Amino acid sequence: MKLHEYQAKTIFAEHGIAIPRGRVADTKEQARDIAKELGGRVVVKAQVLVGGRGKAGGVKVADTPAAALKHAGEILGMQIKDLPVRKVLVDEAAAIKTEIYFGITNDRSARKPVMIASASGGIDIEEVAAQTPEKIIREHVDPFLGLRDYQLRHIASMIDLPREHWAAFAKIAHGLYNVYKNTDATLAEINPLVITEANQLVALDGKLVVDDNALYKHPELETLRDSDEETPAETEARIHGLSYVALDGEIGCMVNGAGLAMATMDIIQLYGGRPANFLDVGGGAGAEKVAAALRIILRDSKVKALLINIFGGITRCDEVARGVLTALETVGARLPMVVRLVGTNEEEGRKLLADAHMLTATSLADAAQKVVAAAGGAR
Amino acid sequence: MSVLVDQHTRVMVQGITGREGLFHTRQMIAYGTQVVAGVTPGKGGEWADSVPVFDTCKLAVEATAANCALIFVPARFAADAMLEAADAGLPLIVCISEGVPVQDMMLVRPYLDKCGARLIGPNCPGLLTPGGAKVGIIPGHIASVGTVGVVARSGTLTYEVLHALKQAGLGTSTCVGIGGDPVNGTSFLDVLKLFEDDPLTEKVVLIGEIGGRDEEDAAAYIANNYGKPVAAFIAGQSAPAGKRMGHAGAIVEGGAGTASEKIAALKAAGVRVARHPEELPALLA
Repeated sequence: MKLHEYQAKTIFAEHGIAIPRGRVADTKEQARDIAKELGGRVVVKAQVLVGGRGKAGGVKVADTPAAALKHAGEILGMQIKDLPVRKVLVDEAAAIKTEIYFGITNDRSARKPVMIASASGGIDIEEVAAQTPEKIIREHVDPFLGLRDYQLRHIASMIDLPREHWAAFAKIAHGLYNVYKNTDATLAEINPLVITEANQLVALDGKLVVDDNALYKHPELETLRDSDEETPAETEARIHGLSYVALDGEIGCMVNGAGLAMATMDIIQLYGGRPANFLDVGGGAGAEKVAAALRIILRDSKVKALLINIFGGITRCDEVARGVLTALETVGARLPMVVRLVGTNEEEGRKLLADAHMLTATSLADAAQKVVAAAGGAR
Repeated sequence: MSVLVDQHTRVMVQGITGREGLFHTRQMIAYGTQVVAGVTPGKGGEWADSVPVFDTCKLAVEATAANCALIFVPARFAADAMLEAADAGLPLIVCISEGVPVQDMMLVRPYLDKCGARLIGPNCPGLLTPGGAKVGIIPGHIASVGTVGVVARSGTLTYEVLHALKQAGLGTSTCVGIGGDPVNGTSFLDVLKLFEDDPLTEKVVLIGEIGGRDEEDAAAYIANNYGKPVAAFIAGQSAPAGKRMGHAGAIVEGGAGTASEKIAALKAAGVRVARHPEELPALLA
């Protein structure tokens, strides 16, 4: 789960990291009032959970409260990469001398947290890594030892941080490591971490992504979830415990198991179709889950045909077939469907579906070719 | 023969009295697996069908000489269950439970290494040695006895492949489901080495997916004179970057871990790569 900048920075501040003075606003009038309160020059920043908001015009400097009102009015209601902007953060503007990158993330190969730092802050770190990899400093943290001070001196020296700032940097780095630990983050990032003209180290921007699997430990973070940032289909999928990702194609897919769901998408593509989604119905595939999955897939008006691929294994296919038929009755779908069932009682399951005039398939390749044809043939 | 599990494996099921645990215990016993003990804290002294239940792993091991732990507990108890099994001295720990936080696994994995325990999973379907033992949730009837070693990151996709092999008249020595999480126990590379040393495994099938570098590491090892033919399938060629495809580990991040990179690495290592799972049996011919 991704957190908004204002949420991340609030958590950073609770861990002793210096952030600019500022508050979040839902309306342009609030934004103006916050600007008035802060006094002086402010930055109005769109709060959306995608990158590239600066380029999209979602970050603007305002010299007066009236200008903050105007900018906030423009930014609120903007769409940035299809996501609506519903909140703006109004921060005091910093006079920036130097921009640094500092982040902590999981290194899956090393199975350890890794700190990443660069003297080239303020821009996309993946770009820096691609263009000038020598400017990226990486330092692993042993999860049993925790973050040690000597590691921070190493990083500070490698990014040429002036010595007068080493103590402040260590405080911020320890704070960010504690944020990473305390929230079960998969990414905790300050970009940029700036040295101001007043010689202060301040976290101007913040990003925090937390491990969905660890949310049970942090109920207070779950309340920060912004379901505005999910499509209605994604919200419904999450509530039903389904894993759903919308794609651009025209063939809806319902599959049990993530790996098989990907393989099913791949084979549709191989035979010239395009998958409309990834959807894992999980184990069991009972009528209720199948019905929810059908509703979610059919919300997408681009879907011209549907492929249901259930590898039952131990699950009884006749029960899955009845589940599909019950679900179809409640949802009332009218588009071509191809169903493939493998597992216990698969023939009985196929017969039930064939009697209901659905296309059935025995092999994955057969199913994919049938559904591509049903959707209007290969493109 | 096989790797890791066979008819002599003595399985201890953690979470045996839960719905999943009991269901799969019955399936395993019906398959012929020796399930010698169950562990459910607070239910020591009870029985799960014919299997004695203990409060702790240590008590279960003392009483039954179990040598393989199989974990079905809910995600929030899974890290503790793995540590307890390692502490009780079990050399093989198979964790079916999914949803274990990554930072927990960063602590569990090194501790298990220190104890000398091998972990399979978490978030995996377990192991199946046809005709020998089923330790986990892989349906027994979809695979037959044979000489193809199968190693895979996902569940139902693995079943699909076992099924396709059986349809084509090919049997399996052992199928190892290593799981789809970013930080897990046993890697492709580990299992490739086990198959290399197993006299009754003649050919190997590797089923990977997007995310991480496990497939690339396997390819590098195979390229260096691996002794047996390998065929592979990589799921996720149609998956866009930055979107997690179900498994916590199945995501293309920062442009790394794409299906095409993995396929290129495997092909360069001399592995035959299938375009879809049903092509795999033909590639083993």
